[in-house]
Amino acid sequence: MEKRELTCIGCPMGCQITVEMEDGEVLSVKGYTCAIGDKYARNEVTHPERTVTSTAVITGGDKPRVSVKTASNIPKDKIADCMKEIDAACVKAPVHIGDVVVKNVAGTGVDVVATREVAAV
Amino acid sequence: MTSYDIVIIGGGPAGLAAAISARKAGVDKILILERDRELGGILNQCIHNGFGLHTFKEELTGPEYAQRFIDQVLAEKIEYRLHTMVMDISSDRVVTAMSREDGMYQIKAGAVILAMGCRERPRGALNIPGYRPAGIFSAGTAQRLVNMEGYMPGREVVILGSGDIGLIMARRMTLEGAKVKVVAELMPYSGGLKRNIVQCLDDFGIPLKLSHTVVDIEGKDHLTAVTIAEVDDKMKPIPGTEERYTCDTLLLSCGLIPENELSRNAGVEMNPVTSGPVVNESLETNIPGVFACGNVLHVHDLVDYVSEEATRAGANAARFVKDGAVQNGKVIELTATDGARYTVPSTINVDRMDDLLTVRFRVGAVFKNSFVSVYFDDERVMHNQKRIMAPGEMEQVILQKSKLKEADPKASLASWALRFAFLKPSIKTKRFFEIKE
Amino acid sequence: MYDVIVIGAGVTGCAVARELSRYNASVCVLEKAEDVCEGTSKANSAIIHAGFDAAEGSLMAKLNVRGNEMMDELCEDLDIPFKRNGSMVVCIHKEALGGLNDLYDRGIKNGVKGLKILSREEALEMEPNLSDNVEGALFAPTGGIICPFKLTIAMAENANENGVEFRFNTTVEDIKKGENGTWKIRTNNGEYESRYIVNAAGVYADKLHNMVSADNVHIIERRGEYCLLDKEAGNHVSHTIFPQPTSLGKGVLVTPTVHGNLLVGPTAVDIEDKEGTNTTAAGLADLQAKANDHVKNLPLKKVITSFSGLRAHLEKHDFVIEEVKDAPHFIDCLGIESPGLSACPAVGEMVGNMLKDMMKLQEKDNWISKRKDILDPSRLSIEERNELIKKNPAYGNIICRCESVSEGEILDAIHRPLGARSLDGVKRRTRAGMGRCQMGFCSPRTMEILHRELGLSYEEITKSGGRSNIVMERTKNQKGGNQ
Repeated sequence: MEKRELTCIGCPMGCQITVEMEDGEVLSVKGYTCAIGDKYARNEVTHPERTVTSTAVITGGDKPRVSVKTASNIPKDKIADCMKEIDAACVKAPVHIGDVVVKNVAGTGVDVVATREVAAV
Repeated sequence: MTSYDIVIIGGGPAGLAAAISARKAGVDKILILERDRELGGILNQCIHNGFGLHTFKEELTGPEYAQRFIDQVLAEKIEYRLHTMVMDISSDRVVTAMSREDGMYQIKAGAVILAMGCRERPRGALNIPGYRPAGIFSAGTAQRLVNMEGYMPGREVVILGSGDIGLIMARRMTLEGAKVKVVAELMPYSGGLKRNIVQCLDDFGIPLKLSHTVVDIEGKDHLTAVTIAEVDDKMKPIPGTEERYTCDTLLLSCGLIPENELSRNAGVEMNPVTSGPVVNESLETNIPGVFACGNVLHVHDLVDYVSEEATRAGANAARFVKDGAVQNGKVIELTATDGARYTVPSTINVDRMDDLLTVRFRVGAVFKNSFVSVYFDDERVMHNQKRIMAPGEMEQVILQKSKLKEADPKASLASWALRFAFLKPSIKTKRFFEIKE
Repeated sequence: MYDVIVIGAGVTGCAVARELSRYNASVCVLEKAEDVCEGTSKANSAIIHAGFDAAEGSLMAKLNVRGNEMMDELCEDLDIPFKRNGSMVVCIHKEALGGLNDLYDRGIKNGVKGLKILSREEALEMEPNLSDNVEGALFAPTGGIICPFKLTIAMAENANENGVEFRFNTTVEDIKKGENGTWKIRTNNGEYESRYIVNAAGVYADKLHNMVSADNVHIIERRGEYCLLDKEAGNHVSHTIFPQPTSLGKGVLVTPTVHGNLLVGPTAVDIEDKEGTNTTAAGLADLQAKANDHVKNLPLKKVITSFSGLRAHLEKHDFVIEEVKDAPHFIDCLGIESPGLSACPAVGEMVGNMLKDMMKLQEKDNWISKRKDILDPSRLSIEERNELIKKNPAYGNIICRCESVSEGEILDAIHRPLGARSLDGVKRRTRAGMGRCQMGFCSPRTMEILHRELGLSYEEITKSGGRSNIVMERTKNQKGGNQ
């Protein structure tokens, strides 16, 4: 049996939640105050996900960098691989919000998209 | 002298929302003055997500959130000027501005909306001993360098202060390849959101040391190391608890200060707790026709609340332009005491208030299982249970006009209180007084 | 080969350089930092002392009073701000009132004009925020406030315009007498040769002296820590408020600065470290404790920065300005601690006269005595300002919002003689970054200007020369981008 300690992010309370697991199955969730904590803990131990935000190199624009994000959450353990692909990316201005900068980043099926407008100069 | 119905000082989230709201209320001649090279203000460098959950019911990054408002400003054909510094605002609403293209000029404003935002508390104001080398940045300055200019200040980072910008920058610097060694926080609790502590620190194994501060800075030319130490309950460093961290970068996230130099020069009365103007229910300052919203009024943690507040300021300024100053009505003075540190607004003119009025406040310490209660005279009129309240999170109560009307006392003195059970801090509205033309 | 090499570009070295620039002589100033005014000259009380404090008959007393007298004309010529705000030495213990009379007598003997003993009531009337415990005060109307950066920079610029060369980032490593009788000066930047040397190296002056003389001297670094308060507190007092002096110096003063801030300091602690310009927890606590002794309700919450400087203290506590006995043609300026800033024009004059006589120097007939400071547009009317912006739009672009400094001023600071090459260089010439946000907003924009004007990459831009680089590299492993 495996024990995981988590801090709930649902509200400033920050409940300290203990999850007991076995073979990837949640056996028990303790320490939460409301349903948000229970749900958060179950998601977090089985398939934690994050949105990654960063910047990418852009050429020919009025700015040296364009801000980007993963269009939706990606698995937490893919963050480092995702950053590698974002760091290697280089886009050409103009760029509009939502334009794809990296397709299917780190094999997650999620695109990295631009989050701001960069005009060409 | 040219004239505008409404001149808005600042084209960040507050200024943009105020402008759109004033236009929707039918004001024709609106001008936004922005000192930076683009609209959007500080949101342009806040490339992380988490903005807009209240306003748009989706999670946006800062630039995306700003763009939604910029698009509306463009669609409404609201006039704005970039690279323009406002040099002075007079008490009769003459705005002096300057830019490369237009030189120095004055504008007569029907109403002025203050939306200048805030600045970060610098190292000097924190009384941290040591050398003064390169490599020490306020977190927001580093954020601009990394996210907008595309430069890394350094590779080994210590952060003082666990405000949200500091936490966000811990993650940003880490994702860009730096090693963030520790985040030290003077207070026994973090000023940042729980979500940021988990996703910006815990995710990357960055330790957060509460009740710690920086006690020495080394490096004559460039930062080489900082020493942090635990502090006692009087915030004094405890000898023997020092830990030295070699690093080339120290980021400071130790509080934000509303930027009110223009307001002060104009004669706007200031609240010493918020460092922002004292405003009434219309978000109007003591100078008729001068309104304030956003971080220049009081530092917010959610931009959604800034937008909401600025929308009210814009609508109220529009009403001022159309109807002129309202000089009469019953005015209630709100006073925050004990656990509540301040309220915005500070006064309410019952005749002028909307049917529902949001009063925002912050608490001075962490309160668990407490009540936010509103008292009128000795009568408790509201009593909301809160599981937790923390200084880092703005709180609110919504007052109903009908209730205030009913409560209209014969006596000249009526007192209100906002209380947290067990500790009995309170927000009191001291008394009614009549203003007549 | 130069006629004279001045070592050190602080306020003393620059005053000497400016005096020497009057004559037909080749002069070069060697400075280890990347700019002038990087040592003691940049971290002091910014006070022009009246001259009642130094011992009667001392060189310190003589040069202080003379320097004070020269200051109006000098600042007029150099176009820099100087204000005779007057100083008050405040007595808070009845039994110490006699001390004020002693100071008064000493001042009279030193030649200080206008001194007056004030009663408690008179003192409070002139300065309402004095401590409630005030018993009396000595008032010196000739005391003043000045910007030490501007003074040093202006003297250097003027000297440079008159032909004096400056070599920055140049540290003197050894000095030897050559066979032909000239000085050979080895530095990290090659060898220099001169007939005469003026040692104006501040806390390092003992090191240089001991390179050429068997009669060793020792300078004690006496650290002084200061707190600078926001301009909102700038009117708390209008005079410079001193406590009564002690053996360690003139004590913790409270004074407005010529730019409208309020300055509190210094502490006085002897350390043995020529680079020990760090502030300390104990020092800052000491300041906080002492600041309110003579002035009440001091708004110490409005501190915007703190700093520390080193006074070059000699055991005998007097200036030593003389040709070294066993090293002819080597002129020492030793122990130039407070009131060195006040005395600097007189120190320059004295050294200038010494060398004029020794070297039989002839005055130039085309010496330029005046220098124009960077234009301060805030002194102009709207119409004048618009004329200026029309001619040069950069004056319409505000870079530092706290101190309201325009791009035009920064460009001037960069491109004038001995121009700024770093953020601190810009700051000390224009005040950009000296305000309440302490460079938070303007540093990225000033970097952009330095990058554009000097062709420096962002990575090369420093805070104050040396290894004080602001940024390390581009994000994304320096790939691509717009540069």
